Amino acid sequence: MITETQDRPVEKKELVELQFRPKTSGTIPRGLTLLAVVIIVVILAVIMGNIIWGGIGTVSWKFLTHPPEQGMEAGGIFPAIFGTVALVFLMVIAVVPIGVLTAIYLHEYTSPTSKMTRFIRVAINNLAGVPSIVFGLFGLGFFIGFIGGGLDSLFYSGEGPVWGQPAIIWASLTLALLTLPVVIVSTEEALRTIPPELREASYALGGTKLQTIWRIVIPQAMPGVLTGSILAVSRGAGEVAPIMFTGAAYYLPYLPGKLNDQFMELGYHIYVMATQSPDVEATKPLLYGTVLVLLALTFALNSIAIVIRSRMRKNRVGT
Amino acid sequence: MQELKFKPKSRLREFLGEKLISVNAYIALLAIFLIFAFVFKEAIPIFTDGAVQQEASLEKMTFKQEFRAGREARWSWQPNSDIPKFSLWPLFLGTIKAAIIAMLFAMPLGIGAAVYSSEFADRRLREFIKPVIEILAAIPSVVLGFFALMVLATFLQNVLGLTFRLNALNAGIALGLAVIPIVFTVAEDAMTSVPGSLRDAATALGANPWQVSLTTVLPAATPGIAAGVVLGFGRAVGETMIVLMASGNAAIVSASMLDSVRTFSATIAAELAEVVFGSTHYTVLFFIGALLFVFTFLINLGGDMILARLKQRLQGKTS
Repeated sequence: MITETQDRPVEKKELVELQFRPKTSGTIPRGLTLLAVVIIVVILAVIMGNIIWGGIGTVSWKFLTHPPEQGMEAGGIFPAIFGTVALVFLMVIAVVPIGVLTAIYLHEYTSPTSKMTRFIRVAINNLAGVPSIVFGLFGLGFFIGFIGGGLDSLFYSGEGPVWGQPAIIWASLTLALLTLPVVIVSTEEALRTIPPELREASYALGGTKLQTIWRIVIPQAMPGVLTGSILAVSRGAGEVAPIMFTGAAYYLPYLPGKLNDQFMELGYHIYVMATQSPDVEATKPLLYGTVLVLLALTFALNSIAIVIRSRMRKNRVGT
Repeated sequence: MQELKFKPKSRLREFLGEKLISVNAYIALLAIFLIFAFVFKEAIPIFTDGAVQQEASLEKMTFKQEFRAGREARWSWQPNSDIPKFSLWPLFLGTIKAAIIAMLFAMPLGIGAAVYSSEFADRRLREFIKPVIEILAAIPSVVLGFFALMVLATFLQNVLGLTFRLNALNAGIALGLAVIPIVFTVAEDAMTSVPGSLRDAATALGANPWQVSLTTVLPAATPGIAAGVVLGFGRAVGETMIVLMASGNAAIVSASMLDSVRTFSATIAAELAEVVFGSTHYTVLFFIGALLFVFTFLINLGGDMILARLKQRLQGKTS
């Protein structure tokens, strides 16, 4: 082989194509791409600075613990905070078990190449890409119209809508569907970090598959489950489009007490105050305060998730 | 040792456990199917119901209509006027216009930052860039919409001397901020997954680091970057709250990016709450939702397929 290539005269054309121009330092591509990074960082800084600057003066203990007053031009946002917390709490109860079990099925029970697994994966990926407003339409058509309406006609005929109307349970189930891919993806990532030796050790001790999953795999995957749940909460707390028709209300004089009550929510409250207020200047401080609270909540949740995840990744490197 | 002992195996329990877990996995699949079914179900009268077709047949929604005898035929979206007008053309144009502006804004920044992060940045810088993008991705869209409405719109108006604060440019830029993280993440992922052997080969041929990036890594990762752009476009088309708050929401047929636009998603969000259940207007809004669903479904499927093929090719080359 070697002699052959040596014997063959190298054509000049071939050489030219492979040659790189010397002495081009690459300053221009480096500078241009760095500029893109700088612009993104500056934009982010401007957004954060503007919101913190505008909102920090408004956020006080009273603001966080009192209901809106004078047609939302004064007072606080307590009902919206309460509604958001209740909403994501119900959502987590629905989405975490389903998401975790789905991830376990995909990772522990099926081969990654089987047709059904690939189908399910495509479905999960696509679920993540469906616009949130379409989830809202679905929530209205399926949860409120089909399930709620069905319950009403079965058990409450003649009483007017009991379940077949916008309510916190339907909004949280809609959000649960929206955040399902988040939980699945991050649980699966955790499952991949568990060394197979642990499972084999459990089998060697006589554990069945289910016992291994329940007592070895799930406890080991807890950081991933936690990360997924937190990210889902952060995502769910910020989404407005899916809950506009499925349960969120402009203003309510009472807090939601039953599953079929409507509720106020931070993101929706921002939308309402920003676009429907008769006097934007008067509501501006409250508006900025609400945005700051929502943003702080979202970032706090995300930071916790990032810390847990990076710890989990370090553990994997260690093993 | 006591604690390590497993209880005697129960076949029934194993069987039921596996079934319970597998049933969950099908929920994602079922959800996609149900979303499709229930959003379409409400849109079906467009194809079957004569009364609905009188006002909004496929033909009437697509082509110019002469709404009053003798007046010029035009495209118009005025669902609440005496003669309801359901032309989808202005909405389609608005959606595309906002999405294209968003992509023109997000593509250079997202791809540029991805190239810098994967090719030029040292480890410490990269560990700064990635969280910045994650923070940007974590900002709820209602907050971006709020920022565009309150700050960006005023800024653009002053700089460009505009008559209208809320327009396609304003909405497009804000939309771009939501798209940047998607473009960045997918593109960066594609570039870092280019195998080291390719880089080594180019270096051995005398390329300096940025030449390696430009002539070897970028071409190899191009499908991945394209997938990032495609997925970003899907997000831009489906995003609701940003355009709802920042675009001005006037359904105008015009090519200018300084005119107000009304997008598909914002139309659903703004109008569905006030619509009579089962009316023509209601049906048309669900039809729009179905269009959005199908469009984003195809976009996501396409993006995933490109990425899967790229992964296969890059891994194939290393072996």
